[in-house]
Amino acid sequence: MLAALRHRYGILLVLAVIIAALPLVFPSSYYFRVASLVWVSAFAAIGLNILMGKAGQVSLGHAGFFGIGAYAVAIGPTHLGVPPLAAMLLGCALSALLAFLVGRPILRLKGHYLAIATLGFGVLVALVITTESRWTGGPDGMSVMKLTLFGWRASGSDTWYWITGGLLLAGTWIALNLDETPTGRAFRALHDSEIAARVTGINVNRFKLQAFVIAAVYASLAGSALALMNGFVNPDQAGFLHSIEMVTMVVLGGLGSVVGSIVGAAVLIMLPQLLTVFQEYENLMLGAIIIVSMIFMRDGIVPVLSKFMTGWRA
Amino acid sequence: MTCHSHFKSLAIAAAVALPLSGLSIYSPALAQQTVKIGSVLSVTGPASFLGEPEDKTLRMYVDKINAVGGVAGKKIELVIYDDGGDANKARTFATRLIEDDKVAAMVGGSTTGTTMAMIPVFEEAQVPFISLAGAIEVVDPVRKFIFKTPHTDKMACEKIFENLKQRNFTKVAMISGTDGFGASMRAQCVKVAPTYGVQIVAEETYGPRDSDMTAQLTKIKGVAGVQAVVNPGFGQGPAIVTRNYAQLGMSATPLYQSHGVASKSFIELAGPAAEGVRLPAAALLVGDKLPDGDPQKKVVVDYKQTFEATAKQPVSTFGGHAYDGLYIMVEAMKRANSTDAKKVRDEIEKTKGFVGTGGIVTMSPTDHLGLDLSAFRMLEVKGGDWTLLPPGT
Repeated sequence: MLAALRHRYGILLVLAVIIAALPLVFPSSYYFRVASLVWVSAFAAIGLNILMGKAGQVSLGHAGFFGIGAYAVAIGPTHLGVPPLAAMLLGCALSALLAFLVGRPILRLKGHYLAIATLGFGVLVALVITTESRWTGGPDGMSVMKLTLFGWRASGSDTWYWITGGLLLAGTWIALNLDETPTGRAFRALHDSEIAARVTGINVNRFKLQAFVIAAVYASLAGSALALMNGFVNPDQAGFLHSIEMVTMVVLGGLGSVVGSIVGAAVLIMLPQLLTVFQEYENLMLGAIIIVSMIFMRDGIVPVLSKFMTGWRA
Repeated sequence: MTCHSHFKSLAIAAAVALPLSGLSIYSPALAQQTVKIGSVLSVTGPASFLGEPEDKTLRMYVDKINAVGGVAGKKIELVIYDDGGDANKARTFATRLIEDDKVAAMVGGSTTGTTMAMIPVFEEAQVPFISLAGAIEVVDPVRKFIFKTPHTDKMACEKIFENLKQRNFTKVAMISGTDGFGASMRAQCVKVAPTYGVQIVAEETYGPRDSDMTAQLTKIKGVAGVQAVVNPGFGQGPAIVTRNYAQLGMSATPLYQSHGVASKSFIELAGPAAEGVRLPAAALLVGDKLPDGDPQKKVVVDYKQTFEATAKQPVSTFGGHAYDGLYIMVEAMKRANSTDAKKVRDEIEKTKGFVGTGGIVTMSPTDHLGLDLSAFRMLEVKGGDWTLLPPGT
């Protein structure tokens, strides 16, 4: 099994078994709702991890793309008469295009400068969504039409559990495969040393841009899925705090680890639900848990645990 | 495959599965003699000034109700979750209240954003939900299981314009915040202005975190024929507008604020500049100044005393909305002599002449708010305090 988890098909298999088996222990559809949220957030985090963990570039404005995806499926069917699924793809295309146009200049920046530039981008998207209230419903958000496919209406927590679960499997599979391609190897080279990568003939700017666009598409799809699942959108989903939440999921779970992104998302989504028993100390506990795990598991939960277990065996 | 590798995969599966299934441990067993009322409030985060007094009010009064035997023969068990102002979280907690806690009714939803996110959950589950959010879209269009207690922004506009009409003002300028409250109220004001013969001759906006509105006000000052200025907004923005307004020497033109600033901290923040500012607000703010014959006097004075004695902080209208919501719900349960969701819903809709802190509530199948313009009192700031404007001035 350890060998299985080292192999990409092994990870996929374990994930598929977990997704298929969890409903057996779920007592109510509230659990389906929480799990679906984990799948959606994990999907977005996996995308961001390709940019941050693999290619080593930071983005503090990724919720901007999440928001574009979410508002695409809200605005498309309501104002333009575009069917939800087509609107989802349009949102993806728009996110990819924006990432391409914005990424070209700002990915030439490094470190803190890149962080600030991406942060600015996220804030801009949230600002547009908040002020263009004729289209977006303003700060209170707007409702989203239900997804219908050939007369079948996707609603209910359990339906969305399977849709988001499937999405996560697909996203995981693509991210894992990426590792084995020349692109994936170029990303890793870029992460380890940009200068060395450049010397070996890797077009650094092109690969950074590629990672940025891939991460944007992941976030956009996750945004669309969440909006369709909730039946509403509001500007918070494109806001700065959501960007930070996504980065936290990636870092907490483990930079560069696909499984880490899923675990990071699971922890951040489920902790607030578990901690409600502490009443007013809830936020304090949440902060303390994150700080403690970052101190003792600096590389993220999954890399540290997996190192610990291999070490233990040896 | 070794024994340890089994352990690892198991550990990972358990790490994902355990916390989820573990959730059920924390939901207490459903006892027969209690009725669960759920609430999702923004106790922390940017909207905590709404959620915090609401949270205190609900806990305070549920204890009081239980002390005298509860409702319909059952004690109330209050389940409150804090959404931190996040609509997505509110939606999850709403699902949890319905699916896991199996509440009979809901009083909560501090902001319009969180309320709108939760509405589909309660509509689908057919559980009555009394919202504490301001905007009119909560009850317009009317949804079968959704009610609300706070005055709408549309009513605030109407009350202001009614006052303008009495003073024969027809040309006004508007400066509004771009936050949810300001944007929504601005839209409602623009919509109802023609009904009162009011013409909006200039319009400016400001961001919720702006610290200076001199530029926008200077522009308004330059527009000829402005007879009054209306400022839809809440938080600190209106206090800054009021200060800048006085600094620019515009005080000769009457300034109208909204019910969004109806708390003592507005007067403290704006200082002497607040003198002469008018605004529509609930009776709660001027409880002790109400004439003795006023039907709301006893309720608002009692609530103010109870809240201030227990919470040790000044009363706000927001906590009052929670008081109204809780008692409308409890009285509906009493009349139905049951806690069955559908029967309670029918009785809430039949609420008639309920005297709350926000006004006198009479609901109907087409009106799930049940307040008219008399619920708002026109106030003026005089000598650093609210004063009640006599009708017709």
